[in-house]
Amino acid sequence: MTATATRESRTVPTPTGSARLSAALWRRAWLRATLTLSPPLAWFLVIYLASLVVMLITAFWTVNPFTNNLVHSWTLANFQQIFTSTYLTIIGRTVGMAALVTVTDAVLAFPFAYFMARVATPRSRQLLFTAVLLPLWASYLARVYAWIVILQKGGTLSWFFTKIGLGAVNIGYTNTAMWLVFSYIWLPFMIIPVYAALERIPDSLLEASGDLGARNWRTLRSVLLPLALPGVVAGSIFTFSLTLGDFITPLLIGGANSNFIGNVIYSNLGTANNLPFAAALAVVPIVIMIVYLLGARLLGAFESL
Amino acid sequence: MMRRWTLGGALLTTLSALVLVAGCGSSGGSTSSTSSGSSGSGATAGLTPPQAGTAVPSSVGKTEGKLDLIAWEGYAQPQWVNPFQKATGCQVSVKYAGSSSEMVSLMANGGGGQYDLVSASGDADLRLIYGGDVKPININLISNWKNFHPFLQSPPFNTIGGKHYGVSYEFGPNVLLYSKKAFPTAPDSWSVLYDKKYSGQITVPNNPIQIADAALYLSKIKPSLGITDPYELTQPQFNATVALLKQQQPLVKKYWDLASQEISLFSSGTTVVGAAWPYQANTLNASGDKVEGIIPSQGATGWADTWMLATHAPHPNCAYKWMQWVTTPKVQAQEAVYFGETPANKLACPIMDSIQKGSCDAYHANAPESYFNTIKFWKTPLAQCGNGKNDCVPFQQWVTAWTQITG
Repeated sequence: MTATATRESRTVPTPTGSARLSAALWRRAWLRATLTLSPPLAWFLVIYLASLVVMLITAFWTVNPFTNNLVHSWTLANFQQIFTSTYLTIIGRTVGMAALVTVTDAVLAFPFAYFMARVATPRSRQLLFTAVLLPLWASYLARVYAWIVILQKGGTLSWFFTKIGLGAVNIGYTNTAMWLVFSYIWLPFMIIPVYAALERIPDSLLEASGDLGARNWRTLRSVLLPLALPGVVAGSIFTFSLTLGDFITPLLIGGANSNFIGNVIYSNLGTANNLPFAAALAVVPIVIMIVYLLGARLLGAFESL
Repeated sequence: MMRRWTLGGALLTTLSALVLVAGCGSSGGSTSSTSSGSSGSGATAGLTPPQAGTAVPSSVGKTEGKLDLIAWEGYAQPQWVNPFQKATGCQVSVKYAGSSSEMVSLMANGGGGQYDLVSASGDADLRLIYGGDVKPININLISNWKNFHPFLQSPPFNTIGGKHYGVSYEFGPNVLLYSKKAFPTAPDSWSVLYDKKYSGQITVPNNPIQIADAALYLSKIKPSLGITDPYELTQPQFNATVALLKQQQPLVKKYWDLASQEISLFSSGTTVVGAAWPYQANTLNASGDKVEGIIPSQGATGWADTWMLATHAPHPNCAYKWMQWVTTPKVQAQEAVYFGETPANKLACPIMDSIQKGSCDAYHANAPESYFNTIKFWKTPLAQCGNGKNDCVPFQQWVTAWTQITG
């Protein structure tokens, strides 16, 4: 009796505070979930959603043009103002550029990601990965400024074109320049998800396609592309939303007729201090992204994120 | 306004604006306008500034040991803040603002009992005065005031009805900048900025107040419009000005936001003519690019900053000490050379040259009065203009029009 009791007390030590806590947590899954999730959830609700809601409410107010104070009377005037040709043109330009950059990046990223995922040796794959991620180590601003040097009159690009006999080019401060810079800056965000999607495709599927008589082109079209599509769509969420929300590249690289939604929001905040109109305008990219994300979900993009 | 933009500042502005909304959201209606009258469109304040009747002190009392400033970046440098703190015992804290409008917002409700002074530009001054956010000062307590260029002693943008709502600080013109290579003979008119000959080689600031530059030009070449003040435009005058700027837009290579952008546009030869500050001309010439910044025959616009005293300033005595300190010739010269602008105090000229040889000439600190009279200084475009009919186009419409112009 005594011996067993001693043995028991040795093997089952009296539960300490922390042990009791972990036992309680193990038994009550809901408590565990609450404790784990409440800090990030509080952050999400208070910082993220609350600020969005405050912004949305502001969109229905106006500003006293003289004193710059907010006038708390409800109006739809800010939203009506968005539907005038000036702002519709700017919204059209922003969305058009985001779409163009997304397509460009998808076309550039696919062969690159394919080579990385299915052709390269592990060693060269590592090198390629580093090469893709390397630009992300440098500041966004430094890279945009580098492009100013490349594209401006008498810059590197013009010098190169003159050397190979094509004559000087001067595309600095144009929408073409913006397209080049955006496509460059967001390319890594397309390559990585496409690579992940391509890497997941089992070799056996490609072999089966070959066994069934499909040539390379047919395999690409009927097997690889459909299976990689969710990855491309996932990447497009990044390239599209990042371009849609940008205002620094238009400010630095763009010329006349280069305003983005972000630039108009910025000038209404900074120069005019017309917060309500800026808030109303900020709703536009939110709506566009909601539509885009719903479409992306239909295409299965979230399974490969 | 935009002249002091940095991208960091830009992001900060955006952030602080968000914080501001959050603040307004939680405090509900308590932050509503301090001015009288209906809200919404047009100017709403009465013709008399709300604080016009506030008494001014006859002497500077005991200092409070603290001073809170709202300033442009570069306006509170250690070179002159540290000696000030040592001499007066007033510990200076500075909040940097990114735009005139941000300054107006920060100063709402008379500085909120938090800020003492703001280094506002002319385009913000009237908003602060008529918003009741700043109060009159006793200018006789600022002994160096009598050494100011006469036009900055009681300028209309900070002195109303004989009451001084602050003391002038530094200023500069917006000049016509051109490359000497492209212009063997110097241009003498702003017309080159609207000339198809220079299509794709023109750059102008990305700033709604730029509309005033076009209005000033129109006032001279189209007298039939009857523009007397480029900041007080009736709707037909405003429309004509915007139409001119829309014609100019296809010729513009770049609407610049940062001074550094214009410098690189000129040094790479992308643009050959544009609107600029003296700072760009001096920087470009210092690095060997042959340019010149001039005031054309039609005159020019310009900015002038004023240290203004908040209505609810918690440390008024330290604030007076600061106004006395920054108007002394030495600080005036330090600031002018540091920032690249012109001091209000005439005595600063020799000290500027001792800090940086030739800087007094470069920034026209010793120019004759006739030079300054060609400058139309920035002021807030208001609905209520000098003609008493309250039919001028207010600043918010300037911003909307500017978005239309730049595209």
